[in-house]
Amino acid sequence: MFTKKHIISMRDFSRAEIDVILKKAEELEPFAKGKKSDLLSGKILALLFYEPSTRTRLSFETAMKRLGGETINMISPGASSASKGETLADTIRVVSEYADVVVLRHSKEGSARMAADVSRVPIINAGDGAGHHPTQTLLDLYTIKRESHLENLSIALIGDLKYGRTVHSLAYALSLYGAEISLVSPEQLKMPDEIKSDLRKMGVDVSETTTLEGVIPHVDVLYVTRIQKERFPDPSEYQKVAGTYRISAELLKDAKDDMIIMHPLPRVNEIDAGVDATKHARYFQQAFYGIPVRMAALSLVLEAR
Amino acid sequence: MKKELHVRPIKNGTVIDHIAAGQALNVLKILGIVGRTDAVVSAVANVPSKAMGKKDIVKVEDRELAPHEVDKIALIAPSATINIIREYKVKEKHKVALPDVIEGVVRCANPNCISNTKEPVISKFTINKREKGVQLRCIYCERIISENIVEHLF
Repeated sequence: MFTKKHIISMRDFSRAEIDVILKKAEELEPFAKGKKSDLLSGKILALLFYEPSTRTRLSFETAMKRLGGETINMISPGASSASKGETLADTIRVVSEYADVVVLRHSKEGSARMAADVSRVPIINAGDGAGHHPTQTLLDLYTIKRESHLENLSIALIGDLKYGRTVHSLAYALSLYGAEISLVSPEQLKMPDEIKSDLRKMGVDVSETTTLEGVIPHVDVLYVTRIQKERFPDPSEYQKVAGTYRISAELLKDAKDDMIIMHPLPRVNEIDAGVDATKHARYFQQAFYGIPVRMAALSLVLEAR
Repeated sequence: MKKELHVRPIKNGTVIDHIAAGQALNVLKILGIVGRTDAVVSAVANVPSKAMGKKDIVKVEDRELAPHEVDKIALIAPSATINIIREYKVKEKHKVALPDVIEGVVRCANPNCISNTKEPVISKFTINKREKGVQLRCIYCERIISENIVEHLF
């Protein structure tokens, strides 16, 4: 049973509820590929993006339209009433009188939770500042489920584990399934102790290293994230660090046959273009899975059957 | 030497006793009664105490504070006791107990949290009681406050 009105943070979800979403996504996958559907016909999705986003916005729009629904858009926040000083709360109250569901991206952490408090219709959080982006986590889980396995998973999280919200939220969600997690990051970008201790408390086997060496042969999933230049005060330090975490086809020779590589995208140079053609690459497939997962999210909060 | 009375007995009202020394004014702040009440309110600091060494006491006359109004002071004064006084006698006595959720008392430590903007939001935290002190989690941005809670009071 799915009883959530809104989708705000992964912390709100039990494993059973996540499983409902993933199952729904699987059911809807044929429609993501173009099979006709009128599941959401007559429904309107409002896309409120106060911060730039290409793939998240386009994928929500695609998901809605593939299911026969329609979308309305804010052209740009600069041209909206926000620039006239209207509060987000008021904007949400107004838009929730127009649309049947609202997808929100905003720069302030907690904005989606507040929106849910004042909205008449379901809110789906598409990123609130450095906070949450639950449909990204759901599509990561869906990718792992479809291309590997969620139970007894061994996964390496690579890159910026300090600031990267996607990895925090993914690690938390995987803890519900009992994973073995290897954290691979430069010293400056290690996962915060508090998150690690939370994971251990939930029974996750967590190990930590600063090099990729020895990790690749053991894991089922390599989850690679971008290391941002802005995190390093010294540019030469960045160059040094970024180079050490680059995944190349050569590095994968000892990998398990069915090991998969994921990346939330956009990538810069963490994964060599040479890896794209290997049997391990799944990041573009992962991007596609954003559609069925967002279809599932929309149809569940809209209680469409 | 004659025992000195630091605190004049009150006829009717509430006495909050066993407040950690130095926290009386913060207790008044959390209760939000100063400036919003006509009641006679007095605070005494650093009273010698057998159990605590030193303690603070707060008295609110002619008003009986309900547990749900007072429990939030457990954040900074976990050993406080509440005494309801009628006709100079203690009629009810209980220890404060931390609620599960606290609203409008603490400001979120995250400057980028929606509760620190002009939006119409009242700060709200869930409280996690641990062996070593309490942990507050903002229900909006999920940022945790576990140290120096006093510094985060509004």
